Amino acid sequence: MARMQVVPLLEIVTESHHTMTYRFRADFGGTAGQFVMVWIPGQDELPMALSYLGPVKGITVHAYGDATRALQSFRPGDRVGVRGPYGNTFKLEGEKVLAVAGGTGMASIIAAVEAFAQQGAAVTTAVGARTAEELLFVDRASASGEVHVSTDDGTRGFHGFVPSLAERLLEKHKFDQVLTCGPEKMMKLVVDAAMKRGLKVQASLERFMKCGIGICDACAFDDRLVCVDGPVFTGAQLAASKDFGAYRRTKDGRRVEL
Amino acid sequence: MVDLRTEIAGVRLRNPTMLASGFLDETGGSLVRVYRAGAGAVVTKSIGPEPREGYSNPTIVELDAGLLNAVGLPNPGIAAFEAELLEALAAKAVVIGSVYGKDAAEYAKVAGRMAEAGAAAIEMNLSCPHAKGLGTEIAQSEDAVQEFTRAVKDAVDVPVFPKLSPNVADIASFALAAERGGADGIVAINTVKAMAIAPELRMPILANRFGGLSGPAIRPIGVRAVYDIYEKVDIPVIGVGGIDSGHAALEYVMAGASAVQIGTALVDQGLAVFERATKEMASLLEDIGFHSVAEAVGAAHG
Repeated sequence: MARMQVVPLLEIVTESHHTMTYRFRADFGGTAGQFVMVWIPGQDELPMALSYLGPVKGITVHAYGDATRALQSFRPGDRVGVRGPYGNTFKLEGEKVLAVAGGTGMASIIAAVEAFAQQGAAVTTAVGARTAEELLFVDRASASGEVHVSTDDGTRGFHGFVPSLAERLLEKHKFDQVLTCGPEKMMKLVVDAAMKRGLKVQASLERFMKCGIGICDACAFDDRLVCVDGPVFTGAQLAASKDFGAYRRTKDGRRVEL
Repeated sequence: MVDLRTEIAGVRLRNPTMLASGFLDETGGSLVRVYRAGAGAVVTKSIGPEPREGYSNPTIVELDAGLLNAVGLPNPGIAAFEAELLEALAAKAVVIGSVYGKDAAEYAKVAGRMAEAGAAAIEMNLSCPHAKGLGTEIAQSEDAVQEFTRAVKDAVDVPVFPKLSPNVADIASFALAAERGGADGIVAINTVKAMAIAPELRMPILANRFGGLSGPAIRPIGVRAVYDIYEKVDIPVIGVGGIDSGHAALEYVMAGASAVQIGTALVDQGLAVFERATKEMASLLEDIGFHSVAEAVGAAHG
């Protein structure tokens, strides 16, 4: 069992008007792609990808609901509960890697980009966001390899969605591995583009989650669980999936179209 | 060779292990996966008449010797759940449908639909210790246990197993009440009411403040409950609470359980726990000179 640790926030960085990074020290490990359950006291407990690994970990959070908006008012020294790390990891294989991130999907992808680069892989990152202000970790990705940027509104880089940018990069260059994280419809396009070319691909999925440890069945995805069998799934697993890009589960467990 | 097959009120199982309600049992895909991993039967998440989201997180606290939870009975409602049940039945899984409701009529209605859809038996969640108006009060009244059991018995043709709460002074008297209501078997125990506090924040961790404790910490409570119940009733008992090995399962069997349910052990051992516990039971029974599980049921009674 992994005990929850209640830890003070050490540093809080505003990444955009609705996204902040929270750094904290916790005495557990963590590898690229894994997540932690974060208790925002009095609010909720939510799964969040580790955007910084190492002793001073980090999570990067888009304020989209009551709990994550409440977290925006937290200051250094305020405490949160963390337990984990949970889930599987991006497998470090391949020499030429394309990482494709949409929105806060970059929080999970950046840890993989840095880990792959440290292992000697040549990593190209395609970072997408709605506007220039919302682009995440472009500098960190640049320190690990080549970076291409897309914005939906054209305020910076390629004007359009990040899967179209990825498609262009896949046309122009040779890669042997594709990683992706972001909205599921976006990832579906990236996975299809990689599979079409016979490339290995790994995608990190997000589902409504309660326990994080493989018992509550809330994050069921086909006959798998995103919390313990994922969050990272391979292209082969996703190609065989009825749920990927098509269905999700509501909080009460009903299966509905995405 | 030790014969591991068991039968509870006519429900035949290939081995005495079952998936406990509340674990990996809200979706057809997961029920199938657990059955294929070796469980003798799978019990569904407790299903009610309407969809229910359950409580906000935190809904679970991981502890050294168990798990504290107040998930709040999330479920898709019986209408949507039928498709999940059918998926499990199509894979030939033996499925026991767990039901709850706010009154006897709701229990009967959900149980009726569950049985009609093909559940091999009905487990009545009479004792969820943390959902207001949905269990705790029922579990505290012998008359209610008898009345609700009778209502469900009248609504279905499959065996009915009320699941009892340990949060009472004398659980055996509740088992007798269930038997009077026509129960075909007893499931004991549900979780033990408990709480965890984060001192750094001066507040309980669970959003619901208190919840139910499961896992090895409650096994001696469960074993004692089954022992007491076995002395009082003539119907079979299904033991649950902290079973994480064949050794632990046999404690329950010798206390009087004809089958056992496993839940919390999934956290540390994963689905392999069913096959592992089953093999350990067989080997341990052989070591101590038993030929079947049936022969060992209640063996600890003088």
